[in-house]
Amino acid sequence: MSANAPPASLASFQRAFDLHRRRQRRQFWITALLLLAALALTAELANFFQVTQVTLPDGSRGERWLLGAGLPRLGDYVEKTIPQLGLSTLPQDLQHWFWRWQIWAELLLETVLIAFMATVLGVAGGFILSFPAARNLAPSGWVRWLTRRYLEIARTVPEIVFALIFVFCFGIGPLAGVMAIALHSTGSLGKLYSEANENIDMRPVEGVRAAGGTWFDQIRYGVVPQVLPNTLSYTLLRFEINVRSSSIIGYVGAGGLGEELRTAVSLQEYTDLSALFLIILATVFLIDWASEKLRHRIIGLEAI
Amino acid sequence: MQHPRIPDEKTVAALRKAHPAAFGPDPATRRRRALALALPAALFLWCLWDFDATPLRLWQGFGRLGEVLSFMLPPHVGFDLRELGEIARGLGETLSIAFLGTILGAMVALPLSFLGAGNINRLPLLRFGIRRGFDVIRSFETLILALIFIRAFGLGPLAGVLAIAVGEIGVLAKLYAEAIENISKKPVEGVTAAGGSRPQSIRFGVLPQVVPVLLSITLYNFESNVRSGTILGIVGAGGIGFLLSDRIKAFRWDEAWSIIILIIVMVFIVDWISGKLREHLIRGGADTKIE
Repeated sequence: MSANAPPASLASFQRAFDLHRRRQRRQFWITALLLLAALALTAELANFFQVTQVTLPDGSRGERWLLGAGLPRLGDYVEKTIPQLGLSTLPQDLQHWFWRWQIWAELLLETVLIAFMATVLGVAGGFILSFPAARNLAPSGWVRWLTRRYLEIARTVPEIVFALIFVFCFGIGPLAGVMAIALHSTGSLGKLYSEANENIDMRPVEGVRAAGGTWFDQIRYGVVPQVLPNTLSYTLLRFEINVRSSSIIGYVGAGGLGEELRTAVSLQEYTDLSALFLIILATVFLIDWASEKLRHRIIGLEAI
Repeated sequence: MQHPRIPDEKTVAALRKAHPAAFGPDPATRRRRALALALPAALFLWCLWDFDATPLRLWQGFGRLGEVLSFMLPPHVGFDLRELGEIARGLGETLSIAFLGTILGAMVALPLSFLGAGNINRLPLLRFGIRRGFDVIRSFETLILALIFIRAFGLGPLAGVLAIAVGEIGVLAKLYAEAIENISKKPVEGVTAAGGSRPQSIRFGVLPQVVPVLLSITLYNFESNVRSGTILGIVGAGGIGFLLSDRIKAFRWDEAWSIIILIIVMVFIVDWISGKLREHLIRGGADTKIE
């Protein structure tokens, strides 16, 4: 053995290191191949490489990739939604652009009220169900199982599917929208609240139980004071989300601005679309901003 | 033994009866609490009236809901082969739309997120502009985007893919930027101290820290996009939603419930697999730190 040969421990380290590197490289390539296969399969299923017939500038028909062929059409469409505004005729132009503003204002109010009612109902349902759904508070195993499955189903099915069903049951109008969004909110809020319930300090609850409190006493005096700030914060966030949902839920006839969106799209009232979009954008921004302020105040109060 | 200065229970009860307002919170707090309860309650009642939620209408509505729900049991399984093929293709399309949309969105969001992260992009004005851009993109509802894309690309899943991809750019870029801002500065300083350039400090100092987090965020968004992918079909942008809304509009409730149950099962499976993968990613990150 020569003097400058590496010692045995170093050689074994080298071997182990090489093996580790080889394994890592293999894992990387396997993952990359799987991902590529998934991409190819999904691209095929989603018509990503679909070819379509287009009329070329010289009048002949040709085959083009759908994505490439559609992009100029998308540009045209967006361009058409931009209204013509002149500086000198601004008031008339604005009036022309927002020509249905009275109806839109009414529907906007309806949209916000749908979100409000749905949030109130969703909070009530989610708050009540969050206690039997929490691991540390559920009165019994099967009650927890049942509550959790109910909450899961309520938040997995999208609002708009519930809306389709409720429009049949309660008729066209905002009531169906309220029910649909409330049901979906119950599911997501119930989950968030129950997670907050699982993270509480159990000592106050044990204190109430030791003093002879029933299950309801334990919840009311042991749990609720601990989770209330968290609950309020989640509720405001949910209200923001619900305003977004209620602005499109009218698409299936469940009240709010979505109905106007649908008519604007199908009657090709391009500038109406941009006007409606601006209205929704401004409302959502305003509500996000106000609710963030409120949330910070609540959290600030908690810190004191 | 009763302390002489502490009144006994009977005296307290008598005092409470004589001066009810002296027990409990002060009048200002009481007024505030009453107002905080009364205002939403009044608004709620007004909404009930405005939305015409009369007891009769509610009663009839819940009655019809009960009828609709009764079609859930026994579940409808008698789909013929063609229908089964359609449903399988619809579910596959929904998954494909969510997968492709998330990946395309992530590919655009990744470079943008570096521009939006405070510790990478040192120009506050540019960063502010880019962040507001994320906000504007996020405020587009997926369904509205789908409606617009259908006009350009025709009915079909491609419009759905693009709707999810565009919406996802705003969401993912924001979440990525926040993840990049939350990294530890030490590896970055180490690379700089060893003479590394700025691109090198990003490649060897920032990327190894954020990649597991970014992948985990992407997987989580993929889960949520599978849910949104189920409704795109209602406006004609591909996926299972078209079959579902078709059944509901034709009042074929038994078939509709079967499709809803299939959607729920699919979402659960996707959530479960993606949850396992995320766990693995985060644990894998911890392993490399120990080495």
